[in-house]
Amino acid sequence: MTIGRVFLVWRLAQADLRRHPVEAALLLLAITAATATLALGLALHGVTSSPYQRTRAATAGPDVVAGLLNLAPPPKNQEAAVGPGNANRTASGQGAAVEPRQGGETIFGHGYAPSKTRTADLNALAHAPGVIGHSGPYPVAWATLRVHGLTADVAAEGRDPSSSSVDQPKLTQGSWVASGEAVVEQSYADALGVHVGDQITLNGHRFRVAGLAVTAAVPAYPNTEAAFGTAPFPDPGLIWLTRQDAQRIATPALPLSYILNLKLRNPAAAGAFVEARSSLPLSLISSQTILQQDAKLVTVEQRALSIGSWLLGLLAVASVAVLVGGRMAEQARRIGLLKAVGATPMLVAAILLVEDLALALLAAAAGLAIGWLAAPLLTSPSAGLIGSAGAPSVTPTTIGLVAAVAVGVAIVATLLPSLRASRISTVRALADAARSPRRSKRWIALSSRLPVPLLLGVRLAARRPRRAILSGFSIAITVTTIVALITVHAQEMHERVAGFSAIDNPRTDRINHVLLVLSVVLVVLAATNAIFITWSTAIDARHQLTVARALGATPRQISAGLSAAQLISALPGAIIGLPVGIALVSALTHDGPTTIPAPWALTAVLLGTLITIAALTTIPARLEALRPAAEILQAEFA
Amino acid sequence: MTRFGPLLSARGLRREYGTGLGLVRAVNGVDLDVAAGETVAVMGPSGCGKSSLLHLLGGLERLSAGELRLADQRMDAMSEKSLAQLRRTAIGFVFQAFHLVEELTAAENVELPALLAGRSPRAARERASELLERVGLSDRASHLPSALSGGQRQRVAIARALSNEPELVLADEPTGNLDTAATVDVLRLLDGLRSSGQTFVIVTHDERIAATADRLISMRDGVFVEETRLTHGTSSGLGELAGLER
Repeated sequence: MTIGRVFLVWRLAQADLRRHPVEAALLLLAITAATATLALGLALHGVTSSPYQRTRAATAGPDVVAGLLNLAPPPKNQEAAVGPGNANRTASGQGAAVEPRQGGETIFGHGYAPSKTRTADLNALAHAPGVIGHSGPYPVAWATLRVHGLTADVAAEGRDPSSSSVDQPKLTQGSWVASGEAVVEQSYADALGVHVGDQITLNGHRFRVAGLAVTAAVPAYPNTEAAFGTAPFPDPGLIWLTRQDAQRIATPALPLSYILNLKLRNPAAAGAFVEARSSLPLSLISSQTILQQDAKLVTVEQRALSIGSWLLGLLAVASVAVLVGGRMAEQARRIGLLKAVGATPMLVAAILLVEDLALALLAAAAGLAIGWLAAPLLTSPSAGLIGSAGAPSVTPTTIGLVAAVAVGVAIVATLLPSLRASRISTVRALADAARSPRRSKRWIALSSRLPVPLLLGVRLAARRPRRAILSGFSIAITVTTIVALITVHAQEMHERVAGFSAIDNPRTDRINHVLLVLSVVLVVLAATNAIFITWSTAIDARHQLTVARALGATPRQISAGLSAAQLISALPGAIIGLPVGIALVSALTHDGPTTIPAPWALTAVLLGTLITIAALTTIPARLEALRPAAEILQAEFA
Repeated sequence: MTRFGPLLSARGLRREYGTGLGLVRAVNGVDLDVAAGETVAVMGPSGCGKSSLLHLLGGLERLSAGELRLADQRMDAMSEKSLAQLRRTAIGFVFQAFHLVEELTAAENVELPALLAGRSPRAARERASELLERVGLSDRASHLPSALSGGQRQRVAIARALSNEPELVLADEPTGNLDTAATVDVLRLLDGLRSSGQTFVIVTHDERIAATADRLISMRDGVFVEETRLTHGTSSGLGELAGLER
């Protein structure tokens, strides 16, 4: 292509974009939504490592934590106490959903240590080769906590009032432990709604909350099970007391266990240190495992965003295809004129592609900026860690990936309509007949039996089956996300009603948050799609609809017919979205059986979607139905 | 039922577009009466307002001023819905460009007005078959418009216009897109319909088709400038009269 042609293509593309600013803006919006979500997903990679390292530095975090579980066998009828850790459980499967830990590492393991095990084993570990510092062993009492009408399980670690050289929890509020006073781990306090000054009871003993603190020795709530194991109960919250208070609240059924924090000469060798001592009657966990557990909170978010960005990407392809298709219908005459003055099919295709590629690159830049700015809002790590992830870095890989997706979306959605438009016969294009409609004998025959709006709707949908599929696809994606959101809510409600969790689960809250953001973006895009599909259908079928008006169809019937065409394609999409949304949550959480939302809620989503589509399509449909029929019928001779 | 007054009555019809210096009076104070069973041809040069007049008479466009009655019903005061109902039951349209729905067969196109009027699919199909036979296209019933010649398409369009047994058929340049042979076919068909008592208002600038009317009105710059009552009797030697056959 010569420079002159390149210049011509650019000038024509630019002129067309200026002539259709609304469509250009909508294309930009569709692709930007996808790229922003992708940028967010990429920004989440490794987002917890920075706050965890900061917390480690601020608390003199240990490289290895060793635990000694010293319990009497539990009574046969002992049920796991009601607690936040059981948020992962369902009514049908107690403990079935407990996740396996990396390499089986926990401080206290999964079972019960033999009673002959002594704290001497822990003391010996403190002087093992490679260990340059330690704190503890500290006693750990297993207790039932009651506060604000909630009952939960806790591990109460007995600490000295003075600072320790390894793992000195960093206070975020209040003061350190004193007799009769407790310090609550920050993320657990957030989940409980506990503040400094509140009164709590532990195994019936009253304590005042003196402070809130963070630690790098135990993963932030609710992932504590990775550290404490399943015994005597999973995912307990962490509370610090004085040594004496911890000893005071211990019961014969649940005697004290012990915890030892180790600092190694080579922190990177923590994993190997743990591995080498796997035969000891102790449980050990490395700081790397704790980091992985902390990252789990964000991992779910990341997975949700990753799936979300794919969904948005697909929806963006659908949106762009609809917009481009609509534009082709409107641009038929312009394409005819270009070809009439000598433009080759390739040149026409190039003009259309350049328009969309220019918008795609702009959208990639906008998406990166939005993703970069919004990431801290979504990616702030658990409250159990100090600091936030901060502004994520925009790496060349991220830029390349986001730009590739934006360009990919534009090419996938534009290529076919552009090539098709470039191949329209010049005469047909000049006559404004972009593309012959599809004839579906079956649907035409079936529609004869229907009331006029449905008759028109079915025939409109059937004449452009690909557009109907795109419309249904767009709705399916949106409904999928909305159903995923209500499924997460249903899960929470189920756990609360069943008494498994009276406490907020930060992990569920985070999925909720991400799904809500995704739902809003998807709903906006799907709404835009619905309006533009109606608009495209109206332009494409303008002649047919005007003839119907000349033959006696009322404007209301025409408008209802256009809306019906969208509803016909939206209905299967909405129905498909229901089970897919539930399956999506199941895939995201991996936490045992997924609670299916109530039938009324699913029905409400279905009806709500259809009503919204009907409402959204009313405006373009009504505007089209009110266009002067005579003007359209005469336009052919203009 | 015997009608004593005209089927169609227009008084002071006016249709204006634009404002100020850009004001165009497409139809500027037209009076017209059309009796039941009469064929009126309106002739004039391009842009004289013929098609606009036809669109006003069919309720496809709103009057700027004037009064219009069809079968004693005031059309100028009707809502869009009532106008649509009137088009469904009392008015048939024939367009120069045929305006057939591309993806529907000839029979399905003819059925369409009946379906829009709420008739059963079976009744609509029977009526379509009857009409296609009447216009000589029963063997083309299952053909798409793209598979029909221009004359055949226009005959399908005429059959469609008759689907709901309208009192008035409005034809806008019905032979404007047709070759000579097809024009003869359409003229014959229109003449046959006229003989059977169908009322027509035909807009044309083809003198041959105008010659088949009962009355010829010349139009210029939005007004009627001349009216001629023609001698009836074209049905026997239509082609000859129209200069199409020897």
